[in-house]
Amino acid sequence: MKNGALPVAIGSDLTRADGYAKVTGRERYAADEYPPGFVYAGVVRSPHPHARILSVDTADARACPGVIAVLTSKDITGTNRVGVPDMDQPVLGDTRVRFIGDPVVLVLAETKEDLTPALAGVRVAYEPLPAVFDPESALREGASVLHENRSEGNLLFSGVIAKGDTKSGFSACTVVREGVFTLQRQEHAYLETEAGAARVDENGVLEMTVSTQSPFRDAREIAMALGLPDEKVRVIAPYLGGGFGGKDGITVQGLLGLGALHSGGRPVKIWNTREESFISSTKRHPGKVSMKLGCLQDGTLHALECRVVFDTGAYAGMGAPIAVYAMGHASGVYRIPHTRVEGLNVYTNNPISGAFRGFGIPQVIAALEQVVDMLAESIGMDPLEFRLKNAVREGDETGLGVRMTYSTGIIACIEQVRNHPLWTGRDAWIQEAPVYKRRGVGIATGVLGIGYGPVIPDIARAKLELLADGRFRIYAGVADMGQGNNPTTIHIAGDILCQGPDRFELVQPDTFRCLNSSSSSASRTTYTYGNALILAAGILKERILDVVIQQHPEFNRENLTLVSGSILHTPDGKVVALSTIAETLQGPDRIATATWTAPVNQQPLPVTPEVKTWGFPHLAYTFTTHLARVEIDELTGAVSIDAYLSCTDAGRILNPPVYEQQIQGGIIQGMGYALWEDFQVREGAVMTKNLSTYILPTSMDVPDIQSVPVETYEKSGPFGMKGVGEIGIIATIPCISNAVTMAIGQRIFETPLIPERVLLALRRAS
Amino acid sequence: MKIRCVINGKPVDLEAASDRRVIDLLRENLGLCGTKEACGSGECGACTILVDGVSRLSCLMVAAQIEGKEIVTIEGFSSDHLHPIQEAFITKGAIQCGFCTPGMVLATADLLKRNPAPNRNEIRKALSGNICRCTGYQKIVDAVESVKGNQEYDHE
Repeated sequence: MKNGALPVAIGSDLTRADGYAKVTGRERYAADEYPPGFVYAGVVRSPHPHARILSVDTADARACPGVIAVLTSKDITGTNRVGVPDMDQPVLGDTRVRFIGDPVVLVLAETKEDLTPALAGVRVAYEPLPAVFDPESALREGASVLHENRSEGNLLFSGVIAKGDTKSGFSACTVVREGVFTLQRQEHAYLETEAGAARVDENGVLEMTVSTQSPFRDAREIAMALGLPDEKVRVIAPYLGGGFGGKDGITVQGLLGLGALHSGGRPVKIWNTREESFISSTKRHPGKVSMKLGCLQDGTLHALECRVVFDTGAYAGMGAPIAVYAMGHASGVYRIPHTRVEGLNVYTNNPISGAFRGFGIPQVIAALEQVVDMLAESIGMDPLEFRLKNAVREGDETGLGVRMTYSTGIIACIEQVRNHPLWTGRDAWIQEAPVYKRRGVGIATGVLGIGYGPVIPDIARAKLELLADGRFRIYAGVADMGQGNNPTTIHIAGDILCQGPDRFELVQPDTFRCLNSSSSSASRTTYTYGNALILAAGILKERILDVVIQQHPEFNRENLTLVSGSILHTPDGKVVALSTIAETLQGPDRIATATWTAPVNQQPLPVTPEVKTWGFPHLAYTFTTHLARVEIDELTGAVSIDAYLSCTDAGRILNPPVYEQQIQGGIIQGMGYALWEDFQVREGAVMTKNLSTYILPTSMDVPDIQSVPVETYEKSGPFGMKGVGEIGIIATIPCISNAVTMAIGQRIFETPLIPERVLLALRRAS
Repeated sequence: MKIRCVINGKPVDLEAASDRRVIDLLRENLGLCGTKEACGSGECGACTILVDGVSRLSCLMVAAQIEGKEIVTIEGFSSDHLHPIQEAFITKGAIQCGFCTPGMVLATADLLKRNPAPNRNEIRKALSGNICRCTGYQKIVDAVESVKGNQEYDHE
């Protein structure tokens, strides 16, 4: 774009480097891969929620025109298992199927049209098994067990985080309120459904271009599942057409790889239809959160008890870490002396649950922040003042015993809302409600720990090269699902090397060319890779200056500064072109690499090793306070959001428009979660199979978001930043629910707040 | 059947089944992958193209329907210089994952042709058939709003 040759300092607006290719349709996503001679892959899926596979007859399918191969689990020589952290999901079902949609047979054919009769021609004989569709019945004595080798039956995970003594704590409370909240599944609904293409190259390497947030981890899983040596699997991750957590791990990779190993050397393409995506992909965990909270006479929070029960579906799908992240944020932003939080995650024969922006935290905050409102009302305090009184400051200990030793801006977030016209003018606005309308204003706070937690190493390895023409090439180690972390690397390296965005090119993650920097997730992407890149850029800069001094002993090193395309010796204005330096440096010396490992919270807390391993406690946190102004139609029950405010502490802002993109996008996704997105599953069968029944927010449904950044300086973050990818969605449900409750005088304990539920509540009230 | 039409300014002769979806013709026969498919049932707008200057969903059209028509896809929407709508999408930060972007840009072109100076509500209404899962729409509306009044808005 304009002035692309000039460096743009961190903290200033920089247009994203990916814009041009995306706006002209030239960007090649995984779904856009049509390699010469490719064949299409399609999947035969289980129609049963739980069944034993008795036999698979592929003869008729093989005889169909255009069919190249019909593959079953017998064609897999590896473990036939994928999944993170538990590898419990078959690439193709072998002994049994565990949900409606579980893949059983893979068919390769010349065209999409050829696939249809071939898929229909596969005969699978099943012996149906009893199925379980909710955590409670799945845990019952004698319930049908999904994973026969698990000693704990259908219980995937359980754990406790506790502090103080809740029994005496609650008895000392003046007021205690509680509620049981039911949270629905949420579908990621990224626009690019799961897609990719794979081939076996001339060196016997299985090479795959796929829409994934985790190419490096995937490569290892593919190798194990399909029985290949690690060095024979290469995964390339171009820009994703959305991810939101749903592509953090294997989606179609195992199927693609298997296909490519049996296609007679031809490339294989797979691209799920929307219906297939809805049926087979992971969802945000549905669950029940029971929350009990008590305070003293003066409004000081004193005791909390919380029980989280999640339905992880047929396979683990990060279910244990998600339960721990939920538990680890159950006391929200508050100081509470007595707490007990219990978390369970349970297998059922439902679609698989998995990672989704917020990673279990939106569910617990939805419960907590509503009970906080209930409690404030009971004790007769303003809900904002109540929160301000109890929120943590730097140095305080949270309800779960975590000492806040890093940037902690929640007080400032709440104060920003307190002073905002949307809050100060709320009574007048509510009173002006037109006939047949009710109005309410709600607030909620939220918190999210960034990174992987205290045990799993959160590491990035940056790689940066000085090119022969004096430009630089960044080898991205983390995938970019749309959030702009990879364009941001240009901003970061440009700031350090004093180069404009035009002086960079970017290689998207490729397990053969880039260095493993783990997954695009956990609000850790720019935080971790950015820190590594700062180091690599510093190393390369010093190496460049070394060469300048070697070539020009008359220069004083302190007087050298990088400028666009060259090095300037400031006293005399002499310049040395970076391309000249590149000529001197040998190939490998033109590349700088650096590793950065995120610091971890070493505070000793009395939790089981499992709770610690899966991510408790975190060290650095992002914070937010939201305000929603809603209007309810008394006749239809429809909720419309008139105005929405977010005051967020995500550390220093590197690039304001990119920060706003995450805030706005996260909040609107949260509005969908709160009001419309209702992923229906009955007896294990997906009822919402397309975008006409799964209602995503459109441009007509949502207001402009007002965003007030609270810029703290995070000492561990690159340039003081913290990840902002998830915090936007954390507080939307309780914020909107609190506003709706104010408007109709009734609290609805189940989301989404669809008109039917609102109308029923209105009827209850009258 | 034989189909004769103009795609991105060039006359094209195609041999295709009359019921072949236009999106498949564009992506698979012609390699024009800028037109995206995200639902396949006319619910998301990602596959929007311009047919005789009007926005249409290429996943709901079959080959026979483009006989004699003039088609513009995102690849043909601008040549050497970006169209002002595209410029605005970049500078206003209206692009995140980018999968909805081609459809959004072409739907915007249709809007601005009909209504050169829409207000924010009119913009939101006109783009309500185009789903974006990343941005929350605000910056897309900002982008479209910044183009209005610009004399170059008309593609022709």
